[in-house]
Amino acid sequence: MAEPVKKKNLPRQEMPEQPPEDRVNNFDEVPYGYTEELAMQEASRCILCKNPKCVGACPVNIDIPAFVAFIKQGKFLEAARQIKQDNALPAVCGRVCPQEDQCEGACVIGLKHAPVAIGRLERFAADYERRQGAVTIPELPAKTGKRIAIVGAGPAGLTVAGDMVLRGHEVTVFEALQEPGGVLMYGIPEFRLPKEIVRAEVAYLRELGVEFVMDYVVGRNSTIRELLDEEGYHAVFVGTGAGLPSFMEMPGENLIGVYSANEYLTRANLMKAYLFPEYDTPPITRRRVAVIGGGNVAMDSARTALRLGGDVTVVYRRAREQMPARAEEVHHAEQEGVKFRLLNNPVRVIGDARHRVTGMECIQMELGEPDDSGRRRPVPVKGSEFVMEVDTVIVAIGNKPNPLVPRTTPELKVTKWGTVVTDPQTMQTSIPGVFAGGDIVSGAATVILAMGQGRIAARSMDAYLRGEAVAAPA
Amino acid sequence: MFEILDKREVAPNVHRIVIHAPAIAKKARAGQFVILMVDEKSERVPFTLCEWDRDAGTITLVVQEVGHSTRKLVLLQTGDHIAHVVGPLGVPLEVENYGTVALAAGCYGIGAVLGIARAMKAAGNRVISVIEADSHYLYYFRDELQAASDELIQTTIDGSHGVKGHSVDVIQRKLESGERLDRVFSVGCVFLMMLAARVTKPFGVKTMVALNPIMLDGTGMCGACRVTVGGETKFACVDGPFFDAHEVDWDELLDRRAAYSEEEIHAVAHTAAVGPRQAGVG
Ligand SMILES: Cc1cc2nc3c(=O)[nH]c(=O)nc-3n(C[C@H](O)[C@H](O)[C@H](O)COP(=O)(O)OP(=O)(O)OC[C@H]3O[C@@H](n4cnc5c(N)ncnc54)[C@H](O)[C@@H]3O)c2cc1C
Ligand SMILES: Cc1cc2nc3c(=O)[nH]c(=O)nc-3n(C[C@H](O)[C@H](O)[C@H](O)COP(=O)(O)OP(=O)(O)OC[C@H]3O[C@@H](n4cnc5c(N)ncnc54)[C@H](O)[C@@H]3O)c2cc1C
Ligand code: SF4
Ligand code: SF4
Ligand code: FES
Repeated sequence: MAEPVKKKNLPRQEMPEQPPEDRVNNFDEVPYGYTEELAMQEASRCILCKNPKCVGACPVNIDIPAFVAFIKQGKFLEAARQIKQDNALPAVCGRVCPQEDQCEGACVIGLKHAPVAIGRLERFAADYERRQGAVTIPELPAKTGKRIAIVGAGPAGLTVAGDMVLRGHEVTVFEALQEPGGVLMYGIPEFRLPKEIVRAEVAYLRELGVEFVMDYVVGRNSTIRELLDEEGYHAVFVGTGAGLPSFMEMPGENLIGVYSANEYLTRANLMKAYLFPEYDTPPITRRRVAVIGGGNVAMDSARTALRLGGDVTVVYRRAREQMPARAEEVHHAEQEGVKFRLLNNPVRVIGDARHRVTGMECIQMELGEPDDSGRRRPVPVKGSEFVMEVDTVIVAIGNKPNPLVPRTTPELKVTKWGTVVTDPQTMQTSIPGVFAGGDIVSGAATVILAMGQGRIAARSMDAYLRGEAVAAPA
Repeated sequence: MFEILDKREVAPNVHRIVIHAPAIAKKARAGQFVILMVDEKSERVPFTLCEWDRDAGTITLVVQEVGHSTRKLVLLQTGDHIAHVVGPLGVPLEVENYGTVALAAGCYGIGAVLGIARAMKAAGNRVISVIEADSHYLYYFRDELQAASDELIQTTIDGSHGVKGHSVDVIQRKLESGERLDRVFSVGCVFLMMLAARVTKPFGVKTMVALNPIMLDGTGMCGACRVTVGGETKFACVDGPFFDAHEVDWDELLDRRAAYSEEEIHAVAHTAAVGPRQAGVG
């Protein structure tokens, strides 16, 4: 076993990964993950703070020093179980959390050196447990006789499902698409989050007794009211996410060759278009691709387009430091050959007589005065318009809350942005017994925030079912 | 899994498929559709709900074989299972007593219009169904439509049966002769619906068409189904499928439907891999 190392001298351990020139030709996961040795070395960099700053910066307050200490000692299964007390999907979060803004951003080692790679360690422990086949089914409490309906099988819904079934309730998850997972399945690409991991998590929930009903659209097949009044559910959780794609609302946006990132990524991920013709859905394979946006969704679209053989440029209206994507995604995209046109804003898409895209006109931007959020606002530079020659435009500027459940549930209070109003302490909505969490409440946010809200909702739903008073939004 | 309870070819390359799908039958209304996947590797493809039986828990689709996915579907037989069927999707058609309504339908629309004819009739309208086919042997559902309509008019493009010409020609003649039509509904290929719009516009008869752009999820999540109506972008799967025909940007729709043509030709070339029944299909 490795000698205890002088932490500060040890550099942050990199994860071995596929070389960029290979990985642009496949959809396999980019990093291979830590080996046991690398994980123990990285863990040894943690000084196991008595008052750990990292824990408070994790939205679900994982006891980070506790699980890192287990890894340090080579007790990997114990580490995984420690994490799972607070986070039901560690293999997912270790891969997709914006750690630099959360746990790792607060790590004290990060003050002088690179922070402890908490996300990579979390991923390592979860992968280790799964690969060992060591995932155990805990003993379930006696059945309470209460039935819960969960709408949407994204990270928020899956979290509530797990928490409620472990409390002895009978749980049914209704999902509109053909497979559970939400964005984890249809949005985030295979090379960043292998679908096998999501499937394993769902299989675990099934083993716990959660029932999944696919191809079921709440609002169409049943309304929330009907679930409660006619179909015998005692409480409902709404985790329908932010799946409504925003467009630029610029001329030419309905030309053939302009796609929402959701369409582009859904074809590739959920429908497996990259395996066409083994799978029936055709991929979008064109040559010169512009991706509009600077978040994770834009990076995922760009890197997917690259793997489908495109020459890809990301067009973003602000500066690099303002890109909301995870640092690692931008880094990977660059390594793989994605080009960036920062401080540029598209103004229209140009097409030929058959309505097919031939170009996109952009205008250059410069940073002006800070706006409300403190970010310097990009302003157009007069007369700087130019045309990029492209045949594909992917619009990845964000998603809005799914409107179907609010539209078909008149008594459900929503904000002017379409998000569902909840009490932040309980996640109860304006309808007693109906709870909500994830992107449908926060607008497009993160996996771990969705799970954190799911956890709160499960706790108060349980209290509600036991007849306790649960705060509703004021 | 969704069992096929009955399947028959009602006209060459047109199949009537009855599927066990109680959760859909329970809520289906005229004008809505489903999206299905034949197996786990299939595309998601949309089909109109033609008939539904809430007590038996069944829905009926009429499927016209045009390419890879529809072929895969019609190769299934009674007793086989479809991996995924989701619906009812889309906004139900507004059914009121308008007075006299005319329906113009062709290809799969002859089947798809049946639910609308029945709903309009039940609401007290006088229903005139005008259906078209290239030739006499391509007709189906005549008895069903006859029963659901006050008047059934058949046209053929080659003149081999009924009136020679398009269904919309009949409607045009009716309007020209001063016959009062309070609403026109058209379902079928884009070209037919576009003609319907053109014919009724000068007479100011409100005309509703069931737009059929390429769809993916059918729940408003992807925007593949964008259509321009009245100068605004709409998602046909959640805002439609029915829209005011006089407001639709037809050129855009025609082109967008062909968006994947290169890939589709490629897919058809691969349909041979579908399965052993291939050999039995004439
Ligand atoms: C491309 C992409 C990349 C991202 N990358 C990251 C990342 O790296 N890190 C990160 O932390 N976050 C990332 N996010 C954001 C993150 O995925 C979301 O914040 C998170 O998935 C929200 O979870 P949720 O459970 O609220 O909703 P979702 O994951 O959106 O799931 C909602 C589910 O509900 C279903 N549904 C909707 N309406 C109905 C209905 N009426 N009836 C039945 N089912 C319904 C949907 O089909 C869907 O499966 C990314 C998002 C995208 C799109
Ligand atoms: C709301 C709606 C209701 C419909 N109802 C019926 C119906 O009741 N019966 C019926 O036979 N057909 C119906 N269609 C059309 C049917 O979905 C397409 O014919 C089918 O998807 C073609 O698939 P394919 O792989 O066999 O053919 P392809 O080889 O993919 O294409 C053949 C033709 O179909 C068009 N097409 C391809 N994919 C789609 C798609 N996802 N959506 C729409 N058009 C597409 C193409 O533009 C092309 O012209 C409907 C379409 C919509 C949108
Ligand atoms: S869940 Fe996310 S934020 Fe929390 S410790 Fe893990 S990687 Fe960090
Ligand atoms: S703040 Fe950093 S060093 Fe301290 S416990 Fe957390 S991870 Fe370890
Ligand atoms: S089919 Fe995806 S939004 Fe309509």
